[in-house]
Amino acid sequence: MTGRILGISGPTVSVDLKGLKLYERVYAGHSMLTGEVVRLEQEKSVIQVYEDTRGLAIGEPVKGAGMPLTVRLGTGLISGMFDGLQRPLERMRDEMGPFIKIGREIAPLDYLKKWRYCPLRKQGEIVEPGEDVGFFEEGPFRHYIINKTIKQQKIAWFAEGEVSIDSPLGQFESGDEILGCIEWPVRDARPYRKKYAPSLPLITGQRSIDFLYSLAKGGTAILPGGFGTGKTILEQAIAKFADVDIVVYVGCGERGNEMAEMIEEFLTLKDPWTERPLTDRTILVINTSNMPVAAREASIYTAVTMAEYYRDMGYHVLFLADSLSRWAEALREISTSLEEMPGEEGYPTYLSSRLSSFIERAGVVETLGGKTGSLSMILSVSPPGGDFTEPVTQACLRATGAFLMLDTSLAHKRHFPAINWFQSYSLYARELAGQYEKRYSQEWTDLQRWCREMLQKEESLREVAEIVGAEGLQDSDRLLMHVAGMIRTEFLCQNSFSDDAFSAPEQTLSQMKNIKAFHDQAEAKLRQGISLEEAFGREHEAV
Amino acid sequence: MRLSEHIYRTVSSLSGPLLFVKDIFAARIGEMVRVITDNGGDIAGEVLGIEGDKVLVELYGDSRGLDIQGMSVVFTDSLMRAPLSPDLVGRVFNGSCKPIDGMDMFIPDKQVPVTGSPINPAARARPEEPIETGFSAIDGLNTLVKGQKLPVFSCSGLPSRELVAGILRNARLTAGDAGFCVVFAALGLTFHEYSFYLRTIKEMKTGFVAFVNLAGEPVMERLLAPRFALTVAEYLAFEMGMDVLVIITDMTNYCDALREISTAREELPGRRGYPGYMYSDLASLYERAGRIKGMKGSVTMLPVVTMPEDDITHPIPDLTGYITEGQIVLSREIHQRDIFPPVDVLPSLSRLMQKGIGEGRTRKDHREIANNLYKYYARGRDLRRLEAIVGREGMTEGDKHMLGFAAAFEREFVHQGNVRRIVGETLDIGLSLIERYKVGR
Repeated sequence: MTGRILGISGPTVSVDLKGLKLYERVYAGHSMLTGEVVRLEQEKSVIQVYEDTRGLAIGEPVKGAGMPLTVRLGTGLISGMFDGLQRPLERMRDEMGPFIKIGREIAPLDYLKKWRYCPLRKQGEIVEPGEDVGFFEEGPFRHYIINKTIKQQKIAWFAEGEVSIDSPLGQFESGDEILGCIEWPVRDARPYRKKYAPSLPLITGQRSIDFLYSLAKGGTAILPGGFGTGKTILEQAIAKFADVDIVVYVGCGERGNEMAEMIEEFLTLKDPWTERPLTDRTILVINTSNMPVAAREASIYTAVTMAEYYRDMGYHVLFLADSLSRWAEALREISTSLEEMPGEEGYPTYLSSRLSSFIERAGVVETLGGKTGSLSMILSVSPPGGDFTEPVTQACLRATGAFLMLDTSLAHKRHFPAINWFQSYSLYARELAGQYEKRYSQEWTDLQRWCREMLQKEESLREVAEIVGAEGLQDSDRLLMHVAGMIRTEFLCQNSFSDDAFSAPEQTLSQMKNIKAFHDQAEAKLRQGISLEEAFGREHEAV
Repeated sequence: MRLSEHIYRTVSSLSGPLLFVKDIFAARIGEMVRVITDNGGDIAGEVLGIEGDKVLVELYGDSRGLDIQGMSVVFTDSLMRAPLSPDLVGRVFNGSCKPIDGMDMFIPDKQVPVTGSPINPAARARPEEPIETGFSAIDGLNTLVKGQKLPVFSCSGLPSRELVAGILRNARLTAGDAGFCVVFAALGLTFHEYSFYLRTIKEMKTGFVAFVNLAGEPVMERLLAPRFALTVAEYLAFEMGMDVLVIITDMTNYCDALREISTAREELPGRRGYPGYMYSDLASLYERAGRIKGMKGSVTMLPVVTMPEDDITHPIPDLTGYITEGQIVLSREIHQRDIFPPVDVLPSLSRLMQKGIGEGRTRKDHREIANNLYKYYARGRDLRRLEAIVGREGMTEGDKHMLGFAAAFEREFVHQGNVRRIVGETLDIGLSLIERYKVGR
């Protein structure tokens, strides 16, 4: 069934096609631009087009796809690079050259490629819904194929060996085929059996995060910061070093050159936990700032659905988005073109509910097949003017468990990662402390408390020192300032471009122990009446 | 689908640059329109929105003096395109790509839509070859690399144009100088500024293309000129294999024009009245900088942004900073100390510097020198605040030393007047400064 275009305004197009459903996928115009139905009326439907509408004319045909916007889930996603609508960027480049042309459908997964399939169940065996039937070897991963139907099934026959993903992997006795890949609507969360509270530590390799604001697998965190505070570099560092199985990274409305840099780095760097190339565990979704706005809005859903898909196989998945503000702005742009009533700062009033229902897709779950998988989220936010009272940051604060505030003044001092140690918090830290103590050392919590204390004392001393000068302070206070300075420059600072970029928890702990030992030693000397100058010479002033 | 031009005389309303025309058959969004008045005037425009057979057109030229009865509207069935040919080089055009240097229009080899297409992120090559600008504050601490977009954040009254002119005169690719071209877009400039730039450009030995929209010329052309400039830059870079440096000044005028047009369209205003889509709009310009794998040329961008009220959190510098790969910040305080260029290196940043310096690019010790200079200077600047409270007498010897460093750094490293310094020289000066003020003395 086809209709015609009645009106166009920016990315919104009205059409006379009847029988469409809300959020159904639509192809508009001769060049078949992808869109989504956002409003239905008796006489006309309004669709939001995900591509540049320039050149689209009145009267051109429109066709409904009969299903909502979906992603293709199957073997071959890992190491892939997709745009916000899950079009494979590498194959697009090979087929249409370095510039992205509109209106070309390219299948997200390579259907010709053959993968090794190993069945886990035999003929005649009973498989419960959600249980594994077999797996593909996808790089180092077992890509599990489950009983995707909703009922108990008996296997009639099955394939084995080299299979392409669109050919059936077997059949149940009921006649249902066992499929290698499926389509899933991006805006629907994938089902699971049960959700747990996050309680396993997510190790990022960043000392300041792991030690002071530990994150949890299945937890959520935001990284808000003005420009130049190192959001992207921190996100990428976490993507490189986090102790998870799979990383899904969304470059949402960010810089193309940075993505190019990241792609090259990921090809050469190794995962510190498994020593395999980082690309072997990464899925990239890239919608740079100059790619269409509506696809930017869809990109985080496309990516999170892929992340959930691997979570359902029992893997620990980390979802990183840079930046959520660009997504919110895309939402605002679309809302404005639909002439909806604006809320705070022009954002639609449904911003916070959309945001929280999106963030709720994170968590530790028991999958339908009874495995445990987790989906953690670390989301960067770019508040305009570095002002954290703006709606996106505030909405995120209510929905996430950790707040890692990036501070412009720290960034100007080249203190990276510029995580402010007074304003940031992690709601998981307390629960995880036990885990860290058990795994690494009983001293973990005590050291943590000591470190915080030192930083706090330094802050109150700093004001005094500014007035009376460092010379005017007592020796014990000067020692404290010196040690706090060490904590800041040697412990909290971590250069992402050096060998120090990744710090394993053991290393983090021993570094903190050393600083504490230094402090205790010096304190002992001071108590014996030795002056600070005598004890350490004068180099301590150079901090 | 139409195959020819259609002419209508059915204008239903006209307000500012916006024109409503009715009873139109199969209009295209973004289609080029020409308005021909009965007394021979000819103004270009673009289709902005379509609702059934009613079309909203935005005019690029001045709509003053138009009357609804006496004009016909030509729908051309084509998008706004830039004429391209190697003959572009050395020419000066206005914001609608009409030559204003007194010579005839060249014959184009091809016509390409000015909005361009986004570069596939998977096709981008990582920018890593440094461009030597001849200024120590940039080359030493905020190295510019090919394919980068690095804006200059200036304040009104600061010598941003002298800095840009200096870069134009001095910029050299350290890797050799095969086919270098400057594309210059002047947006809303006063004639005084424009003539200064044009003189500089004409003195240059490298090729140039200029698109000029002066302060008194139509506002719509201010939005168009950078798009022509970038389309030309992409052509010269990716088809002719040149290294292109695009200079756009002043982006603040561009954003104000965007706001003016948006208000005329009765769109919902965002922060400070600027439209909500300003981020995407700016990105559609800035993101056209880059390099492509397997191709020779590059597009590097150096836009100038004048920060209103010297405020770096104003939406224009703020959104720019979120898109570009760093910024060069000029400071009034440093300017008052008679330092040229008055670059404040603390808030300045080049995000792509890390890959562009070091052995094989500039010099092996570059990173270390830059880090030390930055660290000492930051410390010295911090101490200046303390000095203001306790006075110099109340400070420790070590602190006084650091204050001395900050002053010497500004005087000897940042300040250089119009002398061109090669990177090696810059690094030597930095190194000697560090030696002189080394901690431990």
